Amino acid sequence: MSKIALKVENLVKKYSSVVALKGISFEIKKKELFALLGPNGAGKTTTIRIIAGLTNPTSGKIYLFGKSLYDNPIWSKSQIGIVPQHINLDMELTVEENLLIHGLLYKLSLSLIKKRISELLELADLKERKNSKIKELSGGLKRRVLIIRALMHKPKLLLLDEPTVGLDPHIRRKIWSFIKNIQANGTTILLTTHYMEEAEYLADRVAFIFSGEIKAINTPKDFIKQLGNYAVDVYLSDKLKTFYFKEKKEAEKELLKYSKNHFVSLRRVTLEDAFLKYVEKNL
Amino acid sequence: MKGFFATYLREFLLLKKRFIRVLISFSINPLLYIFAFGIGLGKNITIGGKSYLEFLIPGLISATSMMQAFAINVEINIARFYLKIFEEFQSSPISHFSYALGEVLSGVTRAFLATFIILVISFLAGVKFYLNFYFFLTVFLNAFVFASLGLASAMLIKSHADQALVTNFIITPMMFLGGTFFPTENLPFFIKPVIEALPLTITSHTLRSIALYNSFKYSSLFILLVIAIISFMIALYSIKGAKN
Ligand SMILES: Nc1ncnc2c1ncn2[C@@H]1O[C@H](COP(=O)(O)OP(=O)(O)OP(=O)(O)O)[C@@H](O)[C@H]1O
Ligand SMILES: [Mg+2]
Repeated sequence: MSKIALKVENLVKKYSSVVALKGISFEIKKKELFALLGPNGAGKTTTIRIIAGLTNPTSGKIYLFGKSLYDNPIWSKSQIGIVPQHINLDMELTVEENLLIHGLLYKLSLSLIKKRISELLELADLKERKNSKIKELSGGLKRRVLIIRALMHKPKLLLLDEPTVGLDPHIRRKIWSFIKNIQANGTTILLTTHYMEEAEYLADRVAFIFSGEIKAINTPKDFIKQLGNYAVDVYLSDKLKTFYFKEKKEAEKELLKYSKNHFVSLRRVTLEDAFLKYVEKNL
Repeated sequence: MKGFFATYLREFLLLKKRFIRVLISFSINPLLYIFAFGIGLGKNITIGGKSYLEFLIPGLISATSMMQAFAINVEINIARFYLKIFEEFQSSPISHFSYALGEVLSGVTRAFLATFIILVISFLAGVKFYLNFYFFLTVFLNAFVFASLGLASAMLIKSHADQALVTNFIITPMMFLGGTFFPTENLPFFIKPVIEALPLTITSHTLRSIALYNSFKYSSLFILLVIAIISFMIALYSIKGAKN
């Protein structure tokens, strides 16, 4: 048995006026959480939509658990769960009705649907909101319904397109641990985000994507290590300059050097530093 | 195949939530027509020996079942362009056939609801006519045709605004010319054959013939069936094109 859950080869997507994907390739291992990190318009949603079968690529190949996505469209769809960037729940229907319809779309039996609904409502802390209409829920609760809807049919591959966009920090953390939980239960996850902390905290591996091209793939740890362990931020009059160091001693030396005339701070290196380096390179 | 139930149930639940409003809006039109044309205008007018009201009711049922079946396009448009629920269907493992069947049957359901309302109103208004299985089969086929076309049009258009155009240019003229409110005999010779071949015209003639004389032609039903199958195939084909 292969260890690869999803293999994407040379994916190209052209719209009439823009090339959204310029031939990207990556592999996701089973049970891995793989993040696509990139700025607005980088092509993250396009990638997700192609994998979910919502739009066709101009060219390229995709294999899901070794089988071609396009030779097995119905089977592939039954293996995938998608949480879109845009909340696409039925606003007039209740939480339970939304989940029920999803279950039927994925051809689950009524008894299994009932069981899954109560499990997932429990998991997402939504038991009391079962009969609320979606339009009556707050943004954070809607997101949670959106995520558990995608889990109804126990997908082997979960696609999360910016699952925490627009949520407050507290709710975001809740959703993070929720996602970790899902992964711990054996689900392979492809996540897109432009929140660095999110990718750093959740992802086993991260791909940096810029205007339709993947520039680097690595674990967050290794991305960080390439720069060093410590960062010194120096607030110059016109910009913020950051220096990176392997050793704390060297970092402190630099700190002292600048501290007379400038605001300075010493901190650990984050994924954001690594990302910004790539942004500079790709400008 | 099982998947069709999901799309059908969704539309059914939405209809159920607005049941009272739907009931009222479905009743207002026929009430207006019956009152204005049937009672206000037509007391003394007879067509082929029948009162205008008797003539009108089968036509009204044809037109209304067409309109209500076609009107699923509104719901589908909202699902596609506003709620983006259509993506839920596209990413789920159901066939285009199941999806289309669920939507079309929801249109048929709406049409039957509207039909029953008219039947009740006419009964209360004291209009007498024949009803049999073939009457309802004709309504079914008519609704099936126009629900399929409603679905197809919702898939083919690029935005919600285009939809009004389709309705104004195709459905509304048909509603008036399709043998619904006046007989097609008086139409000018150059458009008469076109009008008589329209599914709505076949429906109103068949329904009227059953309602007033308890007779109909099997060939009409067969033609409607063929048109229904073709319309459904057009709908299926247009779903494929809705991917971008
Ligand atoms: N339907 C479409 N028609 C034309 N261009 C499109 C379409 N969808 C996306 N694009 C373009 O493709 C590019 C990639 O868009 P995409 O939505 O994949 O970016 P993204 O990385 O998800 O961005 P964001 O972080 O803003 O969600 C953009 O330039 C976008 O304008
Ligand atoms: Mg996006």
